[in-house]
Amino acid sequence: MTAGMAEATGATHTSTATKGKGRRVLVTGLGTFWGGRVAQRLEADPGVDVIVGLDTTEPTVELERTEYVRTDASYSILSRIVRATQVDTIVHTFLVVDAAQMSGRQVHETNVIGTMNLFAAASQPESRVRNVVVKSSTMVYGSTHRDPTWFREDTPRSAAPRHRVERSLCEVESYVRDYAQDNPHVTVTTLRFSNVLGAEIVTSITKLLQLPLVPSVLGFDPRLQFVHEDDVVRAITFVLDRQLGGTYNVAGDGLLPWSEVAAMCGKRRVPLPPVGRGLLAAPLARLGLELSPELIDLLTYGRGADNRRLKAAGFTYGHTSAGAVQAFVEAQRLRRAVGAPQPYRYEQDVEQFFRRSPAVVRDGRAG
Amino acid sequence: MLGQEAATTNGSDAAARPEGDAPHPPGDAPRLSDVDEWGRSQRLRDLVQRLYDPVYEHWFRVEWEGFDRIPREGGAMLVANHAGAVPTDAPSIMHGIERDLGRPVYGLADDMFKRIPFVNVAWSRLGGVQAHPDNAYRLLREQQHLVTVFPEGAKGPGKTFDQRYQLRRFGRGGFVQLAMRAGVPIIPLAVVGAEETMPILFKVPTLARALGLPYFPITANMLVGLGLVPFPAKIRIRVLEPVHLDVPPDQPRYSRSRIMDISEEIRSTIQEALYDMLRKRRSVWTG
Repeated sequence: MTAGMAEATGATHTSTATKGKGRRVLVTGLGTFWGGRVAQRLEADPGVDVIVGLDTTEPTVELERTEYVRTDASYSILSRIVRATQVDTIVHTFLVVDAAQMSGRQVHETNVIGTMNLFAAASQPESRVRNVVVKSSTMVYGSTHRDPTWFREDTPRSAAPRHRVERSLCEVESYVRDYAQDNPHVTVTTLRFSNVLGAEIVTSITKLLQLPLVPSVLGFDPRLQFVHEDDVVRAITFVLDRQLGGTYNVAGDGLLPWSEVAAMCGKRRVPLPPVGRGLLAAPLARLGLELSPELIDLLTYGRGADNRRLKAAGFTYGHTSAGAVQAFVEAQRLRRAVGAPQPYRYEQDVEQFFRRSPAVVRDGRAG
Repeated sequence: MLGQEAATTNGSDAAARPEGDAPHPPGDAPRLSDVDEWGRSQRLRDLVQRLYDPVYEHWFRVEWEGFDRIPREGGAMLVANHAGAVPTDAPSIMHGIERDLGRPVYGLADDMFKRIPFVNVAWSRLGGVQAHPDNAYRLLREQQHLVTVFPEGAKGPGKTFDQRYQLRRFGRGGFVQLAMRAGVPIIPLAVVGAEETMPILFKVPTLARALGLPYFPITANMLVGLGLVPFPAKIRIRVLEPVHLDVPPDQPRYSRSRIMDISEEIRSTIQEALYDMLRKRRSVWTG
């Protein structure tokens, strides 16, 4: 289908199917930290008419007007949703970047098959999708002893991906490239985030840093890069607002040695021996800590991503790598003093009441 | 060890800072160590300088010829011959320039260093950088640093004593292309003496394979019971005429024949200088 035809069909849809001029956004992975945060930001944007959130689990943050749809991990109902809701923007945040979250098969289902179905749905002839943002990770660069200090967006990997999450993310990005090539009328953005730290997010790295002794790899002190959780959400809304296409690294300024990160958290390191790590893995897993092979690589060789392309596009970071670590440390101190905040619980009936009931006054008028 | 040191710095830093004073903008935080993006630490480098200076002055009695040819500012690529089972030329070059010019020198080297536990940390803290084209470009063009390159790679130090001062192939001339892209001059250095600090008598390929090393040397030092302690041969470093490459920087690719010609030219200049220096050398130990 040519771009011209797409515009034509798009135009007829606009006049008949949608009432406002605002955007209609589909957010995948609404239940994840990112999906929820992005949806919250979109709700505050008057230029966004409709937000539909997909996930296998319920939202973990409070949402006012986002419509939550439960789906399976591989998004088999996606084409129906894209047709029915006529979304013009897709924010694909449901990509697993932490191997400790799921089994290998689930990672493949979620990342590869999920993305495949998403793009299949988005490239239907009747699709009105004009903007796709994919939340990828700097894990696609890998982490080996041959790497440059900074990866630019077009720097090739030093070695073929060896681990399942890395491999699946590389496959996801190849689907993204194919889709962008086949659909030149769609603005496709890939954002590669480095390791995220902040006040709220929980990752394998935050779990490591909360242990009494922080594990490290014996004889190695790699330099790591972090991005603050707020910068992640801001970067996603930044590229959405500007309809900025292409691939961008999203990572804070500066690299920090792992020893320094541990010191900022006020922790000592405990080196893991180079051999017999497999024996240690089992007791650590019982403590709720899975040292994935990707994480071991990162703690051995580190990784840096050049963030200048996104800056050149006009984005300003709120935090440096050191600032992100500091924000995490301060949040931990606060939590130690006042306790963890009550987690939000999604109540289906309550949400339905506020959104659907005629008793609720909306926009100053009764529904 | 580094972590502990950093932790104590933190404590005193936080205590010393008056209240309400924000030395860093929001979103940034004070660093606890001075490890830069390349892994180099000036503080640790200074410490090692103090320890190494007596070795430089009294053991190797390093002497430079044409030291003024090393620029005081701006990027430049220092290209030298490489010798000794555990090369003593690299630390001598880096130490001399850092001490007398007060500017850092980064050493591009094989990825092998990054794989070895402990060695990789020491190596990068003291200025070693993975020899990746992107790293060379950033160091030379964007940051205008001095960078040392040993184009012979492991083949230089890995040669046996009967092959001394016979330069190996200069790789595929990659260093010339890096200098072209970065728009910096190449400054060839000829080093005499390093060969005799740790001469390789023979090599044990099976051990090298087993340990994943490029070579496993049996040195004269080991036979006389010195192990990895180098002999006190006098090291003489001659700085040769800088080579300015007459091509525009930032090109994706340069003429292969041009690269190979310049690479070969630099190799033969260094080889000639070595022969000349050896002709004038009266003794291995006193120079």
